[in-house]
Amino acid sequence: MAVSLSLTVNGKPVTASVEARTLLVDFLREHLNLTGTHVGCDTAQCGACTVHLDGKAVKACNLLALQAQGSKVVTIEGVSPADGTLHPMQAAFREHHGLQCGFCTPGMVMSAIDFVGVNAVPTETQVREALDGNLCRCTGYHNIVQSVIAGAKAMRGTP
Amino acid sequence: MYTFTYHKASSLADAATKLGAAADGKLLAGGQTLIAAMKLRLAAPSDLVDLGAIAELRGIKVDGGNLVIGAMTTHAAVAASADVRGKIPALAHLAEGIGDRMVRNVGTLGGSVANNDPAADYPAALVGLGATVITQKRRIAADDFFRGMYETALEAGEIITGVSFPIPKRAGYVKFPNPASRYAIVGVFVSEGSTGVRVAVTGAGPSVFRVPSMEKALSASFSAEALKSVAVDASALNGDMHASAEYRAHLVSVIARRAVEQALGR
Repeated sequence: MAVSLSLTVNGKPVTASVEARTLLVDFLREHLNLTGTHVGCDTAQCGACTVHLDGKAVKACNLLALQAQGSKVVTIEGVSPADGTLHPMQAAFREHHGLQCGFCTPGMVMSAIDFVGVNAVPTETQVREALDGNLCRCTGYHNIVQSVIAGAKAMRGTP
Repeated sequence: MYTFTYHKASSLADAATKLGAAADGKLLAGGQTLIAAMKLRLAAPSDLVDLGAIAELRGIKVDGGNLVIGAMTTHAAVAASADVRGKIPALAHLAEGIGDRMVRNVGTLGGSVANNDPAADYPAALVGLGATVITQKRRIAADDFFRGMYETALEAGEIITGVSFPIPKRAGYVKFPNPASRYAIVGVFVSEGSTGVRVAVTGAGPSVFRVPSMEKALSASFSAEALKSVAVDASALNGDMHASAEYRAHLVSVIARRAVEQALGR
């Protein structure tokens, strides 16, 4: 049964007709072609599908698209300005070699931006705890943690 | 996931009506367990009634000697609440340890309680504090609510609206989490309040349970030392690939002592 869905994605209003069982991540990837949000495990463990729903990090593979009805969704495509420059957190991941194969990176960045929003000056331990729901199978965690700390600093605007 | 008919409830009464009209309907709270179960086809309801838009089911308030939390309040909201952190810090600590950040931003108190997973955290808090489950029809003491593995006292069509937690003198919650899932291999909630001492264990048995021998020992002396000679019978406990029943019985004693230390602020 198709249901009407209206929401805002990366600042733009979107209206679509979806099957009730459509997952938010499939809606973003298949209907809107926003393929920056990845499907890693599809069981809500790896966090590669992390997006922001009304400002909070969520796992888009574990939500129905209809649960985002009327909400504001931001994906990795929506964090950087239109001129193509990187978000400070993305820039920090590049600068500190926070990615190897890059598959987990969109989820890591979306988690990190959300976390830094509530803890602007995180310690290394706090970053590791905050990234509990994001798995990197290249196991490049050390540089990811360093990237998030640097990204937090950049988001605070301190040199 | 098998297909189903989706309904968005506009109010509690609307949710009850829509649930009642469905052949095999289920309520959708945060869905952090239900959606995953449906994807695996472990659950295949004919209808889902989404409670997400019902504002009256969200919120945290102090009501005399109780902390009343709405069923649709997320784990993240409980963990961050100044009221919860001030009145029952062990409850905020428990909420902060459920799943991961993203799951906590969506998963709800009511959903966790209604699901009654044998290894979930919240059942330990409800039984460990002597809380009351509030539905649109009645109030149910936590001791009577959790009936067995994934089984509760909820009747067909009954909807949890909130939980009332008595504010204790002190309380602690410690869990030994499975390193992959973060579910409790053993979790112990202890409290000392106006109705006495409570010790509730999750993860170790088919459903949350109290340990009367520990409660008696702690009533005589609320200290970790008081539990040193209290053994836990392994015969009714879970054994699986993660931990044998004997290991869980041992963990209950160790984790209970740590929970008492936490309650004492050590």
